Formats: sequence, structure tokens, C-alpha cells
Amino acid sequence: MTKFLLGVAAIALVAGAAQAEDTSGKRIALSNNYAGNSWRQAMLQSWEEVATKAVADGVVAAADAYTTSENQATEQAAQIQNMILQGYDAIVMNSASPTALNGAVKEACDAGITVVSFDGVVTEPCAWRIAVDFQQMGREQVDYLATRIPDGGNLLEIRGLAGVFVDDEISAGIHDGVAKHDQFKIVGSVHGDWAQDVAQKAVAGILPSLPEIVGVVTQGGDGYGAAQAFKAAGRDMPLIVLGNRQDEMQWWSDAHAESGYETMSLSIAPGVASLAFWVAQQILSGEEVPKDLTVPFLTVTQDTLAEALATTPAGSVANVSYGMEDAKEVIASSK
Amino acid sequence: MSFFSRHRILLPVISLAVLLAATFYMQPRAMSYFGLNLLFNLAVPIALATIAQMMIIMVNDIDLSVGAFVSLVACITATYLNDSPMIGILMLVALIVTYAAMGAVIDALELPAIVVTLGMSFVWGGLALFILPSPGGASPGWLRTLMTVKPPFMPMAVVASILIAIVTHLLIIRSGFGTVLRGVGGNSRALTRAGLSVTRLKAWAYGLAGLFGVLAGMALVGLTTAADANIALRYTLLSIAGVILGGGEFTGGKVSPTGAVIGALTLTLAASFLSFLRLSPDWQIGSQGAILILVLTARLIFSRKGAAT
Repeated sequence: MTKFLLGVAAIALVAGAAQAEDTSGKRIALSNNYAGNSWRQAMLQSWEEVATKAVADGVVAAADAYTTSENQATEQAAQIQNMILQGYDAIVMNSASPTALNGAVKEACDAGITVVSFDGVVTEPCAWRIAVDFQQMGREQVDYLATRIPDGGNLLEIRGLAGVFVDDEISAGIHDGVAKHDQFKIVGSVHGDWAQDVAQKAVAGILPSLPEIVGVVTQGGDGYGAAQAFKAAGRDMPLIVLGNRQDEMQWWSDAHAESGYETMSLSIAPGVASLAFWVAQQILSGEEVPKDLTVPFLTVTQDTLAEALATTPAGSVANVSYGMEDAKEVIASSK
Repeated sequence: MSFFSRHRILLPVISLAVLLAATFYMQPRAMSYFGLNLLFNLAVPIALATIAQMMIIMVNDIDLSVGAFVSLVACITATYLNDSPMIGILMLVALIVTYAAMGAVIDALELPAIVVTLGMSFVWGGLALFILPSPGGASPGWLRTLMTVKPPFMPMAVVASILIAIVTHLLIIRSGFGTVLRGVGGNSRALTRAGLSVTRLKAWAYGLAGLFGVLAGMALVGLTTAADANIALRYTLLSIAGVILGGGEFTGGKVSPTGAVIGALTLTLAASFLSFLRLSPDWQIGSQGAILILVLTARLIFSRKGAAT
């Protein structure tokens, strides 16, 4: 009998160690500062889908989304303080400012709440950060071009909005990649502001002064405009790396059907909100998670183009919903 | 005179009490030392900004640059005041002097304050971006300690609100100097006849507004620990609403410092209450406006009744 009891205890111990803490009673809140563009709308939808399912499956007790009515740091700080009062166990946030919310975040941490920031991350050390390696996004573009055009040639760089951190990062990555693959040379650089119409105008303006271009490196949201400018100028279509927007992928698909055009497309998926949800859930379950995680970007290749295009509504961005397994993978790779 | 129009302060107090009771009902956790502090600590800088706005409204003007000014102060506090306190203090004093000069110029040249302050808001905004191009900086340690202090019995936010109300009440309502300042809004010609310089008095009122604007920016950084050039842009409208909600009038020098503080607390609480209601954000701005209209309508009804009897 004693032996049996001991055995039971041993099994319970093993099970207890292997099985993470139950999170079915935990409540998670999403603090979002802005909902005014297609990316954010897709992000909120991703959260909604994952949250509804997780609550229905009993993984967590609640996963409510809150968006501030104005995109202001003080308002989001008040929102987070309200969440502390509402007794949430974890707060997942896309922050209006990397620093101006630190006070509120610290208060949440002191109250024993897990804070996970993503996309717009916060610098407060007690919070977790799910950031994007934008430099890697730039490097990967040049790496891809090197596999497609081993002989190299002239590149045109389309940058984003001047003065924004993301623009500097992606561009630094691209220049890093060009330094590595020195058969390429950037002969022109314009600001496309991540918008098709701006990019088209900017590219059309610089094209007459440029020699033959073999490839265009971009930051997302600008590939279609660049293609239109090249077409209007009557020049050979270079290899344009795209950024997962529906219109870009549609153009790529049409061009492929017509002339066998092939390229690749990459960007950060709005579904990163669902990844943040699962990371918060993993932390609540007692999992050891490093404070700084890197989110993988969503890459669309020729093989996955048809699928990505079919699931992306017009005017939107290719998206992917992350699951618990994806979160575990990201956590494991950051350890 | 009805009871309500004689005691102007009653309506703001009742609005706050009703809203507070509703919030406690929705969220019993708020009914604690810790909860009250969380509900109200961000109201402290708003209350200070509201007092700043009140100083301007007191002399029949309106200040559209409060939000940008507080943001600029926040940027200076998080950078210069932290790294080299002497330069930081000098800059803040210079800002207060500039505010006083702005008041003197507005009066001497008979410029519309609404235009001058709107113009200045772009100057403040530009300077803030110049000082802190990307969000960051750090709060001076003593300021952070001050804003997170845990006094006995009552949380910091409540103590600070009461303190602000008492000090400004003594200054504006009780002191002779305050009465003269209110006279600028009430009857400036009488002051001129009495041999007082209205230009100098307006400079004083604007200078006081600058002082409270500086205090608001510092308090805000103490809470957030860092600044951002756009951190307090909402304060312009919040402060005007706070003054009016607290029983102030746009003309005639009729202001109430205690009411202004209560107005700021009410506005902050209204936002939290709506969030506890789980109202969709699309509806929240509108609802905040609805609460405001409700309180002002109540005030109008009572003052009409007061005038009729």
C-alpha cells in the first residue's frame, strides 16, 4: 500500500513537472493604441479569432481587446492602469510610444501582471518584447537576389518614410546585404513612404537618370508602384522584391501567368498579435521565456503565392495566425 | 437665487461623486488605496494643466497651447532637467517668463489670445521635437520618487489634488492679489481707474499659467518616466473642459480653482468608467462628450432657475 501511494506521488510529481500550470482561469487583455489602417484592422481581427477560440477551448478565461479612442500615450497609460484595476493576469500591448508608457507598464509589473509588448514595443525592462528584426528583412532581400542573379548588377532601393526607425533599420540591412554580395551596386535610392502612389511617382522621377536596373529592393507597400513606373517608362521589368500587399501579389500572379515572372515577397504579418497572445499564455503557464523575442516575418514564394493571394482580401495584407506551437518555437529559438 | 447657483461648487462635486459611485459599483477593486491611486494619478498633471488654463480663462482669454506647452516641458524635464539640472531649471524659468511676456504682449497690442496661443502651440511643438526628436529621456529620480510616494491614509493622487485645490484657492479666491487678477476678467476698466496696470496683471496671470503648465509637465514625466514630443497634446481640450465642468465661465473672471481640480478628476474618471463599461472605442469619445453635455445642461438648468426666482 505504501509502495502504491509512493508510486502515485511519484507519478503526480513527474506529471506536475512536465505539465505546465493551468491557465484556464487566467484573463488576458489587449491594449491597442490605433486602429486606423488595414494592417491594424487585420491585427485586431487576428486577435479576435485566436482569443475567441482560446476562450471557447478553455485555454484562458478571457481575452478582451481594448483600443484607445485617440492615438495618445497618456490615454493608453490610463487604459493600462484601468486594466490593472480590472484584475487581468496579463496585458498584451502594441504601444503608442516606446518610452512614454514605461510608468504604467512598471505599475502593472509591480501588481504582478505579465506585460508583453509587440510591434510597438516598450523599453521598460520588466516587460517582454516581441520585436521584428528589420535589418534581417533587408539582408534577406539581397540574399534572395544573389540566388536569382548570381552575376549581380545595379539595384534601385525604395525606402520608407524618412526619419522613422523602421526605415533606417531595413535600409541598414539592405546595405549590409549589398556589402556581403558585392556583385550588386545600389545606383539609386528614393523614398516611397510605404505607399504605392508615392513610390510610383518617386521611381518614375529617378528612372531616366539610371542605368539598367536588375533588381529593386523595397520595404513593403511600394512594389506595385515601382512596377507601374518601370512599365510606363518602357524599361525591362527588373526583379522587384515585394511586401505582401494584395495588389502587389495580384500583379505578381498576373505577370507570372503572362511571362513566368518570379520573385519573393516578405513583410511582418499582422497575426503577430496572435503570437503575442500565445507568448503571454506561455509565460502565465510558468514557462521560462526570455524577455526579448524576435518575430519571424511572413515570406511568400512562388509556391505559396496562389494560397496567400486567395486568403488576402483586396486592399489588405497577407496574414497568418500563429498558434501555441509557433509561440513555443519562437521561445525555444530565442533561448 | 437657488441653492445650486449660490453654491456653484456643489454641481461639480455631485457629478464626481455620482461617477465615482458608479465606478466603484462596476469595479469594486477600485475602492482601495491602490485602486484610487491608479484611477487618479494621471489626473494630477491634467489638474495642474487645468489650473493653468483657468488662469487664462480668468482674464477672459483662452489658451490653445497648453497641450503643446506641457509636452515641451515634459521633453525638457526628461532630458535637460535630468542630465544637467541647472540648465533645465533655467530653461523652465525662461518658459514661464516667456508665458508672462506673451500675456503682456496680448494685452498691450490688443491681440486675440486664441490666435497668439494657437501660433505659439506650433512653436512649443517645434521646440519639443527639437529637444527630443524621438521618444525617450528619463525622469529625474527625485521627481519619480515624488510622484510614486505612498503617503499614509490617502494615496498620492488624492493628496496632490487636495493640495493643488487648497493652494490655488488661497491664491486666487482668498488673497487680495487673486481678487485683483479675477478683476481683470470681471471689470478691467475699474482696475485701470484704480490706477492698476492691466497689462502687468495679465502678465502675472499668464506667468502663473506658465508656472502651472511647467508643474503639469514635470508631474507627467514623474508618472510616465519618459517623454515624447506629442505626449500631452490632448491636454488643451481637456483643460478647457475641466475649467468649465468645474463651474468656471468663459467670461467675467468667474472661476473656481477647486472646481477646476474636480473637473479634471471627473474627466479622467469618465474615461475610465467608459472603459470599465467595455464600450467600443468608437463610441467612447462620443460618450465622453455626452457626459460633458449632461453636466453642463444640468448647470444651465440650475442657473436658469436661479435667475428666474
